[in-house]
Amino acid sequence: MTPLDKVEGRAIPFGLKNVDTDVIIPAHWLKTTTREGMGRGAFEAIRADPDNLFDSAEYKGAPILIAGDNFGCGSSREHAAWALGDLGIRVVIAPSYSDIFSGNAVKNGILPVVLPQAAIDRLMEVAATDPVFVDLEHQTVTTQFQDRFTFEIDPFRKMCLLEGLDEISLTEKSDAAIGAYERQLDADRPWMRPAA
Amino acid sequence: MTRPRTLYEKIWDAHVVEQRPDGTALIFIDRHLVHEVTSPQAFAGLRASGRTVRRPDLTLAVPDHNVPTTARLDAAGNRLPIADAESAAQLAALEKNAPEYGIRYIDAVAPEQGIVHVVGPEQGFSLPGTTIVCGDSHTACHGGIGALAFGIGTSEVEHVLATQTLLLQPAKTMEVRVEGEVGPGVSAKDIILHITGVIGAAGGTGHVIEYTGSAIRALSVEGRLTVSNMAIEGGARAGLIAPDEVTFDYIKGRPYAPKGADWDAAVAYWKSLATDPGATYDKIVLIDAAAIAPSVTWGTSPEDVVPITGVVPAPGSFADPSKQTAAAKSLAYMGLEPGTRMQDVPIENIFIGSCTNSRIEDLRAAAAVIKGRHKADNVKWAIVVPGSGLVKAQAEAEGLDRIFTDAGLEWREPGCSACLAMNPDKVPAGERCASTSNRNFVGRQGPGSRTHLVSPAMAAAAAVTGKLTDVRELMA
Repeated sequence: MTPLDKVEGRAIPFGLKNVDTDVIIPAHWLKTTTREGMGRGAFEAIRADPDNLFDSAEYKGAPILIAGDNFGCGSSREHAAWALGDLGIRVVIAPSYSDIFSGNAVKNGILPVVLPQAAIDRLMEVAATDPVFVDLEHQTVTTQFQDRFTFEIDPFRKMCLLEGLDEISLTEKSDAAIGAYERQLDADRPWMRPAA
Repeated sequence: MTRPRTLYEKIWDAHVVEQRPDGTALIFIDRHLVHEVTSPQAFAGLRASGRTVRRPDLTLAVPDHNVPTTARLDAAGNRLPIADAESAAQLAALEKNAPEYGIRYIDAVAPEQGIVHVVGPEQGFSLPGTTIVCGDSHTACHGGIGALAFGIGTSEVEHVLATQTLLLQPAKTMEVRVEGEVGPGVSAKDIILHITGVIGAAGGTGHVIEYTGSAIRALSVEGRLTVSNMAIEGGARAGLIAPDEVTFDYIKGRPYAPKGADWDAAVAYWKSLATDPGATYDKIVLIDAAAIAPSVTWGTSPEDVVPITGVVPAPGSFADPSKQTAAAKSLAYMGLEPGTRMQDVPIENIFIGSCTNSRIEDLRAAAAVIKGRHKADNVKWAIVVPGSGLVKAQAEAEGLDRIFTDAGLEWREPGCSACLAMNPDKVPAGERCASTSNRNFVGRQGPGSRTHLVSPAMAAAAAVTGKLTDVRELMA
C-alpha cells in the first residue's frame, strides 16, 4: 500500500449525501478477478453525462473528493475503494461514511476525512476555484484563504496510512494469542466447530 | 457482580483474542462465508504472499451472485456452460480456490446451493452467539438467529482467511424495540422498511442494532432474518435478535448444527446471551407495531419509505436541505411527481427473491396472494427466485411453483438474481420493478432501473394488478 501523508490539489466538489457503492462502481464491473482498472467504471451513470465533474478539464485526476453524509453506504464491495484509487483519489472529505467503506478505504491507502457539514460547505466553495491541502500527520485540512479544519482519526488507521502498512503481517505477530484462543475455545465450547 | 451487558457486548467479549491499548481488539471469527465475487482478489493475495488459510474448517464457499437463474443442467444432466465469460471465470476461480485451500464448497449445481445468507442458517453453519463474516454487506442477515454477523471488504476477506481474526473497534449499541402486534398483511419486510424510514439510511452508522419487543419475538426465524438482513440499510453493520426457543427449534437437526450432548451445551450457552436486565444501549428507538402499514419505497435510498396508502412526498417537505436536493434527484430518476398516490404507480416488472425475501415463508406469502389469479397484462417480466435449492425443493413439494407459473410468473433456479444485476436478470432502463430485495439505489437492478422495495405479498399483489397495490385489498 502506498503511504499517505500530505495531499494537495483540486478537490471534486461532488457534495451529494448517501452516495452508495453501487453508484461508485455498478455491479457489472465486479465481474473481475483482479483489483486493477476499476477507474473506468467509477461513477459510470454520472459520467455518462459528458459535462460531468469527474471528467472535466478542471477536475480530471483530482486527488480529493468532497461528498455529503453517509458516503459509501450499501454494498461492502471493496471495488468502490479500488475504483476511487484508480481515478487518482487519495482523500475523501465528508461528514460521515458507512463503516464498511471507511475501513476499505484505509486498507487501500485512501484517507476518509470526517468534517462537520459547515466545513464541507466552505470547502465546496473553495474547491470550485482553488486547491485544498490535506495533512494527515497534523490532521488538518487547509486552504490558501486561511481556512484550517482539524479532523479526528483512529491512531491505528493513521499509522497504517502514514506507513503504508500491511495489516495481515501486523496480525501475524499475534499468532501465539490466536492459537491460545483457539485451544481455549475448543475446551470451553467444543460444539462451536461445525458438526459435519 | 458483573456489570449488566447487552447481547452484543456478550458476544464481543467472548471473541476478544487480544485487547489493544487504543481501544481496538483482535476478534476471533467463528464462521467465514465466501462467494465468487469478492473473494478472487483475496485468494490471489494469499497466493502472492505465500500464506495459507488458517481455518478452512470454519469456512464455507458457495457461488450465488453471478450464477444464472435459468436451467443449469441439460436434459442429460450435464452442466450447461455460463454464457457470460467474466461470470464463468469468477465461478471457475472459486471452484479452483476452495478445494485448493481445503475449504468446504457447495457447487453451482448442488442441491444445497443458494444465496450464501440463505444457505448459512439453513445448513446450521451459522449459529447463535458466533461471529460470522462474509464479503457481502447483507451478512447482517445472520443476526436474525443471534449471531454477530457483518459484511467485510476483500482485504478483510484475505485477513480472515489468513488469520481467522479481524482487528475491530467496538461498535456502539442501539435498541430498536417494536412493541405490539402488526396488522393483517404486514410482514417482517414491512417492519424493517418502516424502521429504515424512521431511523434513516445513516441512523445506525457506527452501531450494532438489537431488535427487541413483542413484534420481533412473534416473528419466525425467516422473518427475523429478513429484519436483520436490512440492518445495513439503516447504516448498521450488524443487526441482532436474541436467540430463543424459536431459534433453537429452527437450528436443531441441521447438518452442521451441534448434536447430542453438544446440542444441550450449546443451547445452555445460547440462553445465557440475552441482554441482561439493566443493561443500557447508546441509543433507543421505540416503534409501535400497530402503526406499521404495508410499506413501499418511492426514491433511491432505502430510507425513502411510505405506507402503501401514502403519496409521493414533495422534496420541500423535508427539513434537511441536502435531503431536499437528494429527494428531487430521486424523483427525477424514478419518474415520479410529488402527490401521486403510491397505489397509482404502474409496475412492469416483478422480482420475488434475494437474501432478504427468498425463504419458504416468503414464497408461501406471495403464493397465497397470487393463487387462482393471473399477472396483469402490463407486467412484462415477473420472476420468482428461491433462495436455495432446498427452498426450491420444499416449495415444489408444496405446489407453490405451479401457483406461480399458472399465474404467469417464471420459476427460477436459486441465486442473487435481479437484486443486484450481476447476472442476466435485470430490469430494463426506465421501467419499474416491485422488488422484494433490499436496495433501491440508482441502477441497482440494471442501468436506469426503477426499484420499489416491497414485501413478497405486496410484490404478488402488484403482479396481479399491474400497479403498486395495498395487499390488504386482495386478502379475503
